[in-house]
Amino acid sequence: MISDVMTVVTDVLAGLCLLLGAFFSFSAGMGVVRFDNLLARLHVVAKPQVLGLLLLLAGVALRLQDRGAASMLVLVMLFQMLTSPVAAHMVGRAGLRTGKVDPAHVRSADEPEETADTATPRTDTGA
Amino acid sequence: MMIAVAVIATLLLAAAALLAVVRLERGPSMLDRTIAFDVLTTALVGAIAVEAALSRRTELVPILVVLSMVGFVGSVTIARFAAVEPPKDGAPGSRSTPRRRRGRAGGVGVEPDGRREASPDALARTALEAAPGGEARSGGEARSGGEPRSAGGAETDADAATPAVTEGRETP
Repeated sequence: MISDVMTVVTDVLAGLCLLLGAFFSFSAGMGVVRFDNLLARLHVVAKPQVLGLLLLLAGVALRLQDRGAASMLVLVMLFQMLTSPVAAHMVGRAGLRTGKVDPAHVRSADEPEETADTATPRTDTGA
Repeated sequence: MMIAVAVIATLLLAAAALLAVVRLERGPSMLDRTIAFDVLTTALVGAIAVEAALSRRTELVPILVVLSMVGFVGSVTIARFAAVEPPKDGAPGSRSTPRRRRGRAGGVGVEPDGRREASPDALARTALEAAPGGEARSGGEARSGGEPRSAGGAETDADAATPAVTEGRETP
């Protein structure tokens, strides 16, 4: 009886996690199409998408109720949280070096403040 | 209830994958395609996760591990070997990146080696470039050695075209 109630509760939680995670993944896809420069798209890949994937994996772990599977899913989550910033950093650095990032969008910490005309964000190729 | 949740989640993930394919086709540069490919891989992982949750299949979980690794290795590899592409449709900032501007403001010529010696920030940057060890080191060194030279060539062309404008903008 108690275990049945527990199963229902975890299933409902798993369903919520799956729906939220799918929604965040969808918003990542939407952002990748809609945003108009490389850094904005990079943001969408680095943050909402990882959150969506974590929620999806949490939903699977809640639904499966299996210790081995849950440990492996935790491994995937940790791996994702470690590697996603690295991948985003590599892509952003490559974009800056090969001139695909508008220099008006970036300012390093040791650089003096930009003047007003260079600091205005410009829309570029995109669309 | 679980079936309805799975259907909705699958539809959202399929829409995300479709949008990623749109960007994969449209993306102006290789790095945009890398990002879209990352989104596509993650949508695939999500779809497998939904299937595993729907039918309580434990044996699908190792596939998730492998797929997430593949996505990471793919995007890092493409980013590592990204090169300066020929300007097709006016890529932004292809003429002056910030470090090149700083090097020129320091009064050093167009020669990339002289610029690297001049500004200490560029020195730190090259030290950062040399940081990853192992096998990627030789490739990274070769690329970082080759990249500013080609970009410098592009900049000399730009300087020949518009000398007055760049000088006026860069001297404070």
